Amino acid sequence: MMVKIQIDGKYYDGKPGKNLLETCLALGINVPHFCYHAAMGSVGACRLCAVKKYKDANDRKGRIIMSCMEPVTDGMIVSVEDPDTVAFRAAILESLMINHPHDCPVCDEGGECHLQDMTVMTGHNYRRFDFRKRTHNNQYLGPFINHEMNRCIQCYRCVRFYNDYAGGKDLAVFGSHDHVYFGRHEPGVLENEFSGNLVEVCPTGVFTDKTLKGHYTRKWDLTNAPSVCVHCSLGCNIIAGERYGSVRRIMSRYNGSVNGYFICDRGRFGYEFVNDGNRARKTLIRSTKDKILEDPPPDVIDSALSAALSGSKKIIGIGSPRASLEANFTLSVLVGKENFYHGVSGKEQKLINTALQILQKGSAYSPSLKEIEKADAVLILGEDITNTAPMAALAVRQATRNKPLELGVKAGIPSWNDTAQRELAQDLKSPVFIAFPFQTQLDELAEDTFRASFEDIANLGFAIASAFHESAPPLKFMSDEMLKMAQKIYNILIEAKNPLIITGIHSGSADILHAASNIAEALNLSGKKVSLSFLLTDCNSMGLGMMEGKSLDDAVDIVNGGGVDTMIILENDLYRKADKEVLDPVFAKCNTVIVLDHMMNETSSKADILLPVGTFAEAEGTLVNNEGRAQRYYRVLPLEKSEPESWRRIRDLMKIAGKTEAASWTEFDDVVSSMTDTIPAFSKIKGHMPDADFRMLNQKIKRQTIRFSGRTAMNANIAVSEPKPPQDPDSPLTFSMEGSDESPPSSLVPYYWTPGWNSVQSMNFYLDEPNGSLKGGDPGIRLIETAENSSLSFFVPGELSFTPKKDEWLLVPVYQIFGSEPLSASAPAIKERIPSPFILVNKQDAEKTGKNEGDEITIEISQKILKVKVKIDETIPSGSAGLSFGLPGMPFVNLPCWGKIK
Amino acid sequence: MEIPLTKHIKQGAFPLTAREYEKTGGYKAIQKALKEMSPADLITLVKASNLLGRGGAGFPTGVKWSLVPTGKDAPKQRYLICNADEMEPGTFKDKYLIEGNPHQLIAGMIIAAYAIQADKAYIFLRWAYKKSEVILRKAIAEAYEAGYLGKNILGTGYELDIYLHTSAGRYMCGEETALINSLEGKRAIPRNKPPYPATSGLFGKPTVVNNVETLCYIPHIVENGAAWFKSLSVTGEGGTKLYGVSGKVKNPGLWELPLGTNMREIIEQYAGGMMDGHKFRGALPGGASTDFLVEEHMDAKLDFSSVAALGSRLGTGTMIILDDKTCPVAFIHNLERFFALESCGWCTPCREGLPWVEKLLQSIEEGRGKPENLNILKFHTSYLGPGNTFCAHAPGAMEPLQSGLKYFHDDFMRHINEKHCPWRS
Amino acid sequence: MLTEEEKQEILEEVKLYPYPKVACLDALKIVQNHRGWVPDESIRDIGEFLGMPADEVDGIATFYSRIYRHPLGRHVILVCDSVSCMVMGYEPIYDHLSQKLGIRFGETTSDNRFTLLPISCLGDCDHAPAMMIDNDLYNRLTIEMLNELLEKYH
Ligand SMILES: Cc1cc2nc3c(=O)[nH]c(=O)nc-3n(C[C@H](O)[C@H](O)[C@H](O)COP(=O)(O)O)c2cc1C
Ligand code: SF4
Ligand code: FES
Repeated sequence: MMVKIQIDGKYYDGKPGKNLLETCLALGINVPHFCYHAAMGSVGACRLCAVKKYKDANDRKGRIIMSCMEPVTDGMIVSVEDPDTVAFRAAILESLMINHPHDCPVCDEGGECHLQDMTVMTGHNYRRFDFRKRTHNNQYLGPFINHEMNRCIQCYRCVRFYNDYAGGKDLAVFGSHDHVYFGRHEPGVLENEFSGNLVEVCPTGVFTDKTLKGHYTRKWDLTNAPSVCVHCSLGCNIIAGERYGSVRRIMSRYNGSVNGYFICDRGRFGYEFVNDGNRARKTLIRSTKDKILEDPPPDVIDSALSAALSGSKKIIGIGSPRASLEANFTLSVLVGKENFYHGVSGKEQKLINTALQILQKGSAYSPSLKEIEKADAVLILGEDITNTAPMAALAVRQATRNKPLELGVKAGIPSWNDTAQRELAQDLKSPVFIAFPFQTQLDELAEDTFRASFEDIANLGFAIASAFHESAPPLKFMSDEMLKMAQKIYNILIEAKNPLIITGIHSGSADILHAASNIAEALNLSGKKVSLSFLLTDCNSMGLGMMEGKSLDDAVDIVNGGGVDTMIILENDLYRKADKEVLDPVFAKCNTVIVLDHMMNETSSKADILLPVGTFAEAEGTLVNNEGRAQRYYRVLPLEKSEPESWRRIRDLMKIAGKTEAASWTEFDDVVSSMTDTIPAFSKIKGHMPDADFRMLNQKIKRQTIRFSGRTAMNANIAVSEPKPPQDPDSPLTFSMEGSDESPPSSLVPYYWTPGWNSVQSMNFYLDEPNGSLKGGDPGIRLIETAENSSLSFFVPGELSFTPKKDEWLLVPVYQIFGSEPLSASAPAIKERIPSPFILVNKQDAEKTGKNEGDEITIEISQKILKVKVKIDETIPSGSAGLSFGLPGMPFVNLPCWGKIK
Repeated sequence: MEIPLTKHIKQGAFPLTAREYEKTGGYKAIQKALKEMSPADLITLVKASNLLGRGGAGFPTGVKWSLVPTGKDAPKQRYLICNADEMEPGTFKDKYLIEGNPHQLIAGMIIAAYAIQADKAYIFLRWAYKKSEVILRKAIAEAYEAGYLGKNILGTGYELDIYLHTSAGRYMCGEETALINSLEGKRAIPRNKPPYPATSGLFGKPTVVNNVETLCYIPHIVENGAAWFKSLSVTGEGGTKLYGVSGKVKNPGLWELPLGTNMREIIEQYAGGMMDGHKFRGALPGGASTDFLVEEHMDAKLDFSSVAALGSRLGTGTMIILDDKTCPVAFIHNLERFFALESCGWCTPCREGLPWVEKLLQSIEEGRGKPENLNILKFHTSYLGPGNTFCAHAPGAMEPLQSGLKYFHDDFMRHINEKHCPWRS
Repeated sequence: MLTEEEKQEILEEVKLYPYPKVACLDALKIVQNHRGWVPDESIRDIGEFLGMPADEVDGIATFYSRIYRHPLGRHVILVCDSVSCMVMGYEPIYDHLSQKLGIRFGETTSDNRFTLLPISCLGDCDHAPAMMIDNDLYNRLTIEMLNELLEKYH
C-alpha cells in the first residue's frame, strides 16, 4: 500500500515505513545529506537533510525536520525548496567548511567528492569564518587506506560502517566537541576485511584508496567498465577504472541482489595483478624441453603453433574455473568435448557436481547474497566464510540483525532508525551456528559453535537431519556433545521463518555437502523451505561445473597413458591443483604444452608455448557465481592496450588447427551465441545481456564521463593530433566520452553519475529506491532454479569419525582472505597482508613438540617436507591442525590429510 | 510558609540518618505507597499534583511515568534513574538536597521505582560532588539495613536495588538520553527521540529519568496529597522550588520558596540585594542555558509558564546575576566557551557553530570585533535553535546569547567601536 | 597489566550491569584512582579484561573530561572558571596560582607536585570563587588563602 505525500506542492506516492529522505531520493528529488547511508540507515547527526514539514494545509510556517529521521505518513506535507531550509542547509555546509582544508586541487577525492557536491548543491560559496582551522595528525593505516583527518566532516559514517556494519574492532571515534578524531587507538593496519569500503562510505577525502594514490589519476579521467570480481565465487559487481593502459582502481558496483553497496578488500585491492610486472606479456617458446622460454620472431611462433596443432594426433584442453564461460567453451570446441578437461582435481570436480546436483534436483533454494542477509537463522557447516567468501560473512553479519530489527519494528522503531534499533536490541541477535574445526571470525556472532573434524561436522549435519525426519538416515557415531548440539540447532531451524545453511567445498568433504542436503530435504519434508548456499573456490567454478568435461586427474591419466601430443592449458596454474610429482611427468610427456595465461606462474613457466592473454580487465566474459547467477564483465582496457582475450587466442588457434567452427567468430557475441546454442544450461544467458549492437538512441554507452580530460594531451609526447578512440566491436560500450546521455541498462553501467552527484552517492539514483534493486532489475540471470518437486533422496552418512593418531596431525586447510587466492596474491598491497605459511595447533599439541608460537616446525606430508611457523589456536581439537592453504611459497598439498610431525 | 524539601536540612550539620529520618516521619510515605497504593494509583496521584520536572524542562512527572508500558507484552525489566549530574553552571540545588537529606531522595526513588515497577535504580552523580558521594553511599547502606531497599521491602514483596554511579565529567551527561549512554559505559552522545526512554532507555528497557528535586518531592506528595501540593505555590503550578542566587549580591545562597515567587523578592529579600557599589543589569533565571531577564522583569513570577512568557525559561531556578561591574560580553563569552567545550560533537550545527560563536565573542571582548560579527552571532542564535540541532544543548547555549545581544547591544557595539573592553583598562 | 586490586574493583562494578562492557567507564576511573591517570597500556588491558577493543575503550576514555590520558602531578588543582566564579573573580586567583607555581592551565610543575586544570563549575556558585585540590573543595577563595592552602599538599 502506498501513501500520498505532498512535496513542494506536488503529490507523490510514498511507501509507509520508509523515511522521507529515502523517499525523496527514490523519487529523484535532490535532498542533500551526509550521515545517512542506505545500507546503514539514519542517525540524524549531520543535520543536512533538513526539510520543512507542515502540520496541515493551513500551516504556513512549518517546522524544520530532518528528513532522514521522519517516517513517511499519509497526507504529509513537506517542502524541500522552502527558503528557510535552503538557508539552513547552506549553513550546515558553512559549518562543515569552517575546518575543512581547501585542498581540493591536491585531494584524491576531488571530482568524486560528496562534500564538494553538497557544497555546490546547497549553494554555500562564501567564507565568513576568519579564524584558524583546527588540524589533526594522520595515521598509518596499512597498505590499503590513506588517512587525511583534516578533511573530516564528522559524519560518523566511517565508524558506523566499520564497527556497526562490518564488525571491525580497530577504528573508533576519539575526543569530543569540535575535537573528534576518527582513526585507530594507535597507528597500524586496519584489520577488518571490508576496510576498503571506507573509501566509498567517507563523503570526503579522509579515507582514500592508497593503491590508487600509488598511480593516481583524476577520477573523471578514468575510463570505466562494469565488471565482476574474479577473486572468489560470489561474483560481486565491480567497476574497473583505467588510465594510460593500467587499471587504477576498483570500486563496488551496486547490485541489489548480490553485493549491494560494498565489496571486500580482496576484491577492491587485488586488481593490481593486472598491471603486475609478473604478467605474461609476450609469446614465448621453448625450442626443446631442456631449453628456456624465448621470445622468437613471428614466423617461428606460427610454425611452432601449426606443428603443435595441425601435426598432433591428440590434443587435449584443460579449462579453468577462473576463466570465462566463453574462454572455456572455445577451448572445448577447439579440442572437442571429449578432450576437454576442467582443470580442477577429481575431488573438487565431484564436490562441485554434488553441489550443483543438490541445487538442481533438491528442494533447497540457492540464495543470493542479499537473500543471505534476510535469513533469520543460519547454520554454517565446515566453512570459514570470512576467508573463503568474505562478502557472505558480511551478509551473515547483517542477517543476525533480523531478529532485533523485527523486535524493534514491533516496538514502533522503524528499521532505518539505526541507533534506536541498536539501543533497543543491545546484544540480541538472530541465531547463527558455526561448525568448523577451529574458531573463525564470525564466531563472535554465533549462538554456539561446534569444533570438530570435517567428518564429525558432517556427522553433526546428518544428526540434525535425522532429528528432523525419521526417514533421514541416522548415523553411527554420535557423541553426547553432537547430539545436544544437533538438538539445539534443530530447535532453532524449526522455529525459523527463513532458515539458511551455508556450506561449501573448501573442506574437501563430500559428506558435509551431503549432510547439508539432508538437512534441507528433511526440513522440506517437515514443510519448511530452506536456503542452501554452497561456497565454491573460483569465480567461475559453478559455470565450469555446468559444462561437460572431465577432471584434471583424468587428464593426468590420459597423458600418462600416452598418445597426447599437445596439451592446451587455459588460465590455470595446475601446480595449485595437484602435486608437483604428479604434474612434472605430465608436462614432460606431452610434446607441446601450450599455456594461455596472463600470469607467470609455475604452469606458464613450464609451457612450451606461452600465449599471453587478457585479464578480466582486457576481455568480455560471463561468469557464473556460486548462486548460479550468470554475470557479464566488460573490458576496461581497449584491445590496443591489452593482450588478446583467451577466446580470441583460441579462435586463432582453431584457424591454425583447421577447425571451421571458428570462421564466423569475429565478435564476442558470436561466441556467446554459439555457446548458448550448444550448451542448453546456458541458453538463458543469450538475450539477457544486451548484444554488442545494442544502442540507446543510436548511440553507444560511454566508458568515460563528460568531464574526461586530456584527450589531445595524453599522447602529446607521441603526436599532438587526437587519436581516434579505440573501437570496441564486442560490447555496446565505447572508449569515449561521447555516447548516450541516457541511463544505460543496469548490467552496463560503467560508472555512476547524476547531475549534481559526482560521488558514489549518485548510485542511489540508479535504484528504484535506496537499498533496492537497480532500475530495470539487478544484473545477472539465475541459471539454477529450485525444482518444483525434489527428486533428491537422502545421502547416506559417511563411515568416518575422527580418531587422533600418534605423532601425526590431521591437517585441515586454513584459507586466508589475503594469500590463498593466487591472482590477488600478486597485487603489491595485498602482498603486504599475506602471512607466511603457518600451522595452527593447540597449545598442548605444540608443547608436546616443544614448540612455541612463531617457532618453525617441520611437517612431512606424503614425502613432502614443509617448514611452517607455529600459530597457537586454543580452539583446534587436539590431534588435528590447520595448515595455511595456497600461500605464496607453499607447495600444493591435498588437504585434509595426515601430516607427520618431524 | 511550608518548606517540605528543606525542612530537615540544617546548614553545617550532618544529614539525618535513616533512623533519624524515620523519626521525623520520613519513610512513612513508603509504607503508604507500597502497602496502600497500586503503581497506577501513584501515577494518578502524581499526575493530579501536576508536579513539573525540576530538571529544567518542566515536563509533568506523572505523565512521564505513565508513558512506561505496563501491559502483558511490556518488558519486565525497567529502570529508574535519578539525574544528579547537575553540571549546569550556576546550579547547586541538587547537591544541597542530597547532602542535606539523602533519605528524602532515597524515599522518593523507592516510590517512583515502585510506581513504574522498576527493580533497579541508578543515581547518576556529578563527578565533582565528592561529599555527596560519601553521604549517599552511607545513606544507601542505611536504607538497605533498615529494609527499605533490597528484597521484599517492608514485607510487600517489592524489590529494589539502588546503585550509585559517579560521572566522569561532561555536561552532556545531564541530558537524559546521553546520561543513559554514559551509564551504559559509552560515549555520552544523546539518543534520538522517539523512541523515548520510557519505551527504550537503559539497556533498551523502559526507563524513567527524573531530577533529584523532582524525586525528593514524591514522598511529600504521597503523604499530603495533590491538593496540598498545589496549594503550596504562588501560581497554579504547584509546590515549592529551590531558588538560588549567585553573583554580586550580598547574600548568595539557596532558598525553598513557593513556586512563582517573584524575582525581586528573591534578589532583594533573600539574596540581600546587590552588593554595595554594584547595580543589577540582568540575570539568567535558571542556570547558564536560560535567557537573560532584566530590570523590567523584576516583578516576574518565577514559575515555568510565567518565565516562558517573558522569553526565558525557569530552568533549574538558580539565578546568576550580571552586575554593572562585570562585562556582559565577557560574561556571555564565558558561557559560550563552556557550551562549545561541552558539545558532544555529534551534530554539525552545535559542534561547529558553538566554537565559532565562542571565537567571535572572544575577539569582540578583546577589541578585535567587527560590526558584521554581530550578524553572524545573531544568525547562530536561530541556526542553533530548537529542532535544528540533535539535542537541546545548543539551543540552550543560544539563550543567553540571543537575549544578551538584545539587552546588551550597546555594550557589544562599544567593544567594537572602542576596540577594547570598556570594563578592562 | 591491571593489578589484582584493580581487577577486583572492576569485577565489583561488572556485577552491577548486564554486560561486562558497561563497566568500561568505571574501570577507567578505577585505574585512574590507582595510577593518577590512564596510560595506553591500561586502555588495552581494560579492553582485554572486559572483552572489548582497545580502540573502543580509548574512544570512551577520551570523551570524558575527567579521565586523564596524560600523566598529572601528585595533586590536581581544579580552578572553576565558570560564570559565577568569573563574576566573583576567579581570574586573580588563577593569575596568582599560575605565577606562584610557574605553570598555566594544563601544565604540571617541574617537581611534579601540582597540575593546574580548569573546570567548569564545581556547584559551589553561591560561595564563589571555588576550586578543588584533589578531592577537597575550597570556596570563597581569596589570594591570601592560597599560600596556606597549597602548603597542605606535598
Ligand atoms: C545539555 C543538557 C543538560 C542537562 N543537564 C541536566 C542535569 O544536570 N540535571 C537534570 O536533572 N537534568 C538535566 N537536563 C534535563 C534532562 O534531560 C531531563 O529533562 C531531566 O533530567 C528530567 O528530569 P525531570 O523530569 O525530573 O525534570 C539536561 C538537559 C540538557 C539538554
Ligand atoms: S546539540 Fe548536537 S552536538 Fe550539541 S550536544 Fe546536542 S547532539 Fe551533541
Ligand atoms: S542525513 Fe539526515 S541528519 Fe544526516
